[in-house]
Amino acid sequence: MNYIIQQIVNGLSVGSIYALTAIGYTMVYGILRLINFAHGDILMVGAYAGLVLGLNFFLPTWVALLITVIVACIFGYLIERLAYRPLRGASQDATLLSSLAISLLLEHLAMMIFTPQPKAFHLPASLASPITVNGIIISNLFYITVIATIVLAIIVFTFIKYSKAGIAMRACSENIIAANLMGISVNKIVSLTFLIGAGLAGFGGFMLAGQYARIDPLMGFIIGVKAFIACVIGGIGNIYGAVLGGFILGLSEMLIVGLLPAQFSGYRDAFVFSMLIMILLIMPNGIFGSIGERRS
Amino acid sequence: MNKKVIFYLIILFLFLFISQKYLNPYYLRIVNIMGINMILALTLALTNGFLGVFSLGHAAFMAIGAYVCSILTLPVAKKVIMLKGLPSWLVNLELPFISGLLIGGTIAMVFAFLIGVIVLRLKGHYLALSTLGFMVIVSGVLINARTLTKGARGLNNIPPYTNTMGIYISLMIVLYIMYRLINSHFGRAMKAIREDETAAQSFGINPFYYKVLAFCIGAFGAAFAGGLWAHLITAITPMFFTYTTTFSIVSMIIIGGSGSISGCMIGAALITIFPEMLRVVEKGSVIFGYSIPPLYGISQIILSLLIILILVYRPGGIMGYNEIVLPDPLKIFKLTKK
Repeated sequence: MNYIIQQIVNGLSVGSIYALTAIGYTMVYGILRLINFAHGDILMVGAYAGLVLGLNFFLPTWVALLITVIVACIFGYLIERLAYRPLRGASQDATLLSSLAISLLLEHLAMMIFTPQPKAFHLPASLASPITVNGIIISNLFYITVIATIVLAIIVFTFIKYSKAGIAMRACSENIIAANLMGISVNKIVSLTFLIGAGLAGFGGFMLAGQYARIDPLMGFIIGVKAFIACVIGGIGNIYGAVLGGFILGLSEMLIVGLLPAQFSGYRDAFVFSMLIMILLIMPNGIFGSIGERRS
Repeated sequence: MNKKVIFYLIILFLFLFISQKYLNPYYLRIVNIMGINMILALTLALTNGFLGVFSLGHAAFMAIGAYVCSILTLPVAKKVIMLKGLPSWLVNLELPFISGLLIGGTIAMVFAFLIGVIVLRLKGHYLALSTLGFMVIVSGVLINARTLTKGARGLNNIPPYTNTMGIYISLMIVLYIMYRLINSHFGRAMKAIREDETAAQSFGINPFYYKVLAFCIGAFGAAFAGGLWAHLITAITPMFFTYTTTFSIVSMIIIGGSGSISGCMIGAALITIFPEMLRVVEKGSVIFGYSIPPLYGISQIILSLLIILILVYRPGGIMGYNEIVLPDPLKIFKLTKK
């Protein structure tokens, strides 16, 4: 029993990272219909920035976190400005390929600057050191990550629902041309979306790095793709769907790894992707998705 | 076959014969890899370029071909030591190279059919992501099915059967098949689906049939090239057949022009030669008295930038939908006479 609870705790802590990343993904996809493969690498860039600019100078953890989020925001803005805006209106494949190119660019830049070897990422012991409660290992970081994920999701949701910029965002995701005709500055809205998404991804990257206590240049890509799968599960374009999808994906991944015999644990990624294919076929609109565009 | 084609074939194979005999091994290896990359690019262009179905799973089929072919052709003595977990009939099997290649291709085709029937119903992004998912699943199986594939360590000591002539003869066959396919009713149907699927459907073309067929043919070609590649490099690991390889094959056809046979070949040649030229920079060197530190991965970075620039400024690639038509040698000769 303890073992299963332990797996659930692990699943929630991975799932909250997926959820944080998925919020940005789903917002960008809702407006631009773009699978941003580079989104996961922003998470990696954020974690490196937190390490190199923050923790290396023995700054307080919250300052390092702030630096991480700011650097991630800057990268998100620059990527949108340089790689996606010139391709606005091009075919879906072109933007997909451009995002893949950006993703590889960031990964190889990180490998060139920081070497491919993993680097240690130690948060203060009060946060990261594991505490055993009834035989279940939990660190304070776990509570912080899960609560922060839910709080951030509520903040973003409220922002989109009630603020003027949020209403403009929803208008853009309904119909970008009509939104432009109504006097909404689409470029500004898209930039804002990328800023928010990248900031959340940076936050997730910092938490992920804290959980695993190490970072490497390839940590982001697979997380990014899985976050997209989380979006598909929850129904794309929906913030709550993304959060729920992230938690479902994290939990089911960890439970599958935990409950199957040990020789199957290597099939973790394969399992997640077969889940994606199944969901796209059986339930293409996800849990909360509305019947909008056709996916099949 | 007309005289023109024979003339150019003779020139090509004369050049290859000379290079196989006198070129140093490093350059010969580049020539070989270029040929294999051309096969990969051409077969991927069938789906991504001519059909407009964006697949990211080419490396997976390459991996299937490479593994099947090398397991079938490894000498029995080596298999007994390296792959103890294989069933005994497979251990005692040692097929000739060409049948290994063909069986690898056929198995990849079966997989392509099974996965294609499922994922080719999806469109656009979702299809790309599902084929990427297929690639992740294949590499997951290759890493974890240790009894069959030796896991992450990969297979080594694969007999080096592949030679320059073999690669380029296969390339010529692939080129011929591609040429005949593109200029048949099959090719015209594919182009119609690429331009407008609904319109094609209203003319009585069944898009799903053509998609599955093209996906299977592309998979066969990829597996064939994978087999050639395994027996050229003589060591394969599951790590090779992942994102980077898929991306480099896709970028070949994007840079060259995905709707054009000659464009794909130009793209493949560029992507093969380009990183080799940058190898000097990657190692670090001294140019004009300035010492440059080693910059590993600079070729990937420049490649990614190049892709973005091409997508922005020349979306059709270098060739677009155009083809290079080689001039008739007899006519050149006559012109110089006058």
